[in-house]
This record gives sequence, structure tokens and C-alpha cells, in this order.
Amino acid sequence: MPRLLSFAVLLATWWIGSLFAGDAKLPPPPTVLTVMIAEARSGDLFFHLGLTLARVTLAFTLAMSLGAAIGYLMGRVRLADRLGDPWLILLLNLPALVVIVLAYIWAGLTEVAAIAAIAINKLPTAVVTLREGARALEAALDEMATVFALPRWKKFRHVILPQLSPYIAAAARSGLSLVWKIVLVAELLGRPNGVGFEIGVAFQLFDIPLLLAYSLSFAAVVLLIETLLVQPFEARLSRWRPRAA
Amino acid sequence: MRLEVDIASKTFKSAAGEQHDVIAGVAFTLDAGEVGVLVGPSGCGKSTMLRILAGLDHDFQGRVSRPAGARIGFVFQEPRLLPWRSVEENVRLVAPLANEAKLSALFEILELKAHRNHFPGELSLGLARRVALARAFAIEPEFLILDEPLASLDVALAARLRDEIAMLIGGRSVITLLVTHDVDDAVRLGDRLFLLSPRPARVLAELPIRTPRSKRGDAEIAAITLDIMRRINGAPAERDAS
Repeated sequence: MPRLLSFAVLLATWWIGSLFAGDAKLPPPPTVLTVMIAEARSGDLFFHLGLTLARVTLAFTLAMSLGAAIGYLMGRVRLADRLGDPWLILLLNLPALVVIVLAYIWAGLTEVAAIAAIAINKLPTAVVTLREGARALEAALDEMATVFALPRWKKFRHVILPQLSPYIAAAARSGLSLVWKIVLVAELLGRPNGVGFEIGVAFQLFDIPLLLAYSLSFAAVVLLIETLLVQPFEARLSRWRPRAA
Repeated sequence: MRLEVDIASKTFKSAAGEQHDVIAGVAFTLDAGEVGVLVGPSGCGKSTMLRILAGLDHDFQGRVSRPAGARIGFVFQEPRLLPWRSVEENVRLVAPLANEAKLSALFEILELKAHRNHFPGELSLGLARRVALARAFAIEPEFLILDEPLASLDVALAARLRDEIAMLIGGRSVITLLVTHDVDDAVRLGDRLFLLSPRPARVLAELPIRTPRSKRGDAEIAAITLDIMRRINGAPAERDAS
């Protein structure tokens, strides 16, 4: 209920704002909704949203799995940490735009270049978070698993993974928001479709209703995925905690 | 089956780089069905010794021979349960071969029947200890290690848990090594007591108790306890009721 109320306040603020700023700068909600419906009817909206979502999924999965593996290794093996650290710092501080532009120059304006560029942007944060998680693993539980001779896979699944899961959730959460932002830039710069491309078109035509229609649909999708996928997943992971803080 | 221990010395370096002697000569043997008890003051290196015996620490001078491939049941001082798994899952995880009848019997003896589906975070220390005991017994251990299983429990609870442990050990042919600083517990549970010196630990004396556990009367227990107190302190001392 408070969520709905908060949403209503946002809508009202927008509407009042459009009265002050004028239709040209900030069109009122009904105008945007009309465009949204038209785009949905023609199928364009779903086409572009779908493509963007597919890119997000691919890049996110790639970066998370690779980042988790590298981060775990760096947290457990000292040599790996020493070797990987300079690369990590470089990647962490490389602006997203540089990575995207270089990827397009080197690999051409291709799908592979776009997805790789997005993944590379997310990779270092996943590595850093998972490295912390691997460093924080409980030695006492490790000893318990050793004494009771737990097989490797069981130990990973029941002893190590649950300890890493808050870190994985944190990396996924922050990583997802990062990917949402970067995917649009990558599309704007070098893809002939996707939400980012449409926003680029709207920008060139100064078509603010179109711009808002796409951004808000995109935001709605993000919100939907957060509430339907990410949050239930986090709740499930922490169900053993006596009382969540 | 037999456990042979001969640890000549164990030292470790502190974070400041100083060298500390923890163990300075501990040797004993235990046979299957025997309960050995290491009795010594807090901080004398008992837990370090257990880690060596369980094969968790290989950095020492001396020799430990365990029956090859023996299943080890270890009840740690802190229960070391997996907080994200229920009581039953914690036990089943290490003992995939244990059948339902055996688990029920264990949970029954240890009064855990009502707590099977609870998470460890919802349990008191006494209950968590019981889960750790259930876990150790569920694997049908050939070598059972109990590290202060009764510490930090009130007297009545400790006595009840002690009887439960005695009952569980009684029916099994297992090498049991118990560590405690409580002489009374040692005398009630042990077959052979090893009195340890303060750090670095040495065996001061080895005391066999010939009367079977179930037949020991209070008078006999009191007499042996008094004898041990005299050996440790030179004079009778208050019972350490922690």
C-alpha cells in the first residue's frame, strides 16, 4: 500500500511539474502513455525492450560467473590475488565509455563487442565483492568439514556457497543496476536497436514523449525484475537468519 | 583398533613473532571402547592437541597414529553447526548413510525431537551442543573427540547431558577422547584420566578407573576426585563450577 501511495505522489508531481514547465519540455503523463500504447501496438516497444533485456541477461551472466570465479580464486589464493590486483584496479577505474568505444573500434559495431563491453564494465565489481566474501570464509566451519570428511562438492554446496551468498547477492544487485545503465550507452553508440538506440533517436528528434515512453517502460521492466526475481531470491537466501536486520 | 599418541613438542609463533611452547611431551594410547580424558587447566593446550589428533594440524614434533581411514566424530567447543541448515540437515549432511530409525533414536536420547526443523540460530547453547553431539554420533565414529562438551552449561543441564553422553558411548566400541577442565566430569565419564600440567602441557599422571561407568557410586567418585585435586594442587580445592 505505501508503495502505491508513493507511486501516486510521483505521478502527481510529474503532472504538476508539466503544468509549470509546459508541454514541450515535460509532457504530462497521458501524452506519454498514448505514445507508449502506440509503440506497444506496433510491436516496436517489445522488440527494443526484448533486445535490451537479452543483452543485459547475457552480459550480466557472463560477468557474474566469470567475476565470481576470479574473485573466489583471488580471495583464496594469495598468488592469484597479487597477480590479479593491478588488472583489477585498472579495470575498476576505467570509464565505461572508454571500454565501450574501444570495444567497438577493435571488434567492430557488433553484438559481441557490445555484450563484451558491458560485461567488462561489470566484471571488476563482481571480482572485488566476491574476493571479500572468499576472504571472510569461516575457518572453523572449514575444519568441521575436513574432520567430518565432507566430499568436495558437498562442502562447496553446503558450507562455502551459503557463506558467499550474501556477497553474490550484493554483487548481483549492484551489478544489475550498473548493467542497466551501461547497456543503454552501448546501444546508443553502436547498435541499430534496443532501448538505448530508441532514446538516441528521440534525442535527435527532440521527441520528449517518445524518450519518456521508452525510459519509463525500461524502468518498469527493471522494477518488475527487481521485485519478482531479485528480492524473492535474497529473501530465500536469508531465511535462516533469526531476524533480518 | 588403537590410537597411539606421542607428541614431543608443539610450538607456534604469535603475530608478534614470539615463539610459544604449547605442548612439551604428551604420550598415551587408547583402545576401542575406552574413554580417555585429558584433564588440565584452561589454556594448557588441550584444544591444540585435539586439532593435532584430528589431523587438522600437522605442524608438530612427534607421531600420532590413528586407525587408517577412521571416521572421526568431533564435538567442538563451539558447536560449529551450519547456521543456514536446519538441525536435521546439519546431521544428515555429514551422515548421508544414517537411516531414519537411527536418527530418531539419536534425537530421542538427546532431546532434540522437537527441534529437527529449527535453525541453529534459534537454539540455546545447550541444544546446539546436543546437535553437535548428534552429528558426531550419527556418523558411527570410530574415533570420537569431545572438546569441553559440558562447558558453559548450568549444573543441572550439564549433569543431564553428561548422562546422555555416557549412554551414547556405552553401547559403542569407539575410541573416545574427552577434554575437560572439570575433574568431576572427568571422573564420571572417563576410563583413563591423563592429568596435564599448565602450558606447555605435559602428562603429570595417568589414572585408570577400573570400576565400570554405570557402577561408580558417589562415594567412589568423590574419593577419586579428591585424590586428583590433591595431585593437581597439593591440597583439596573447591570444585570448579563453571
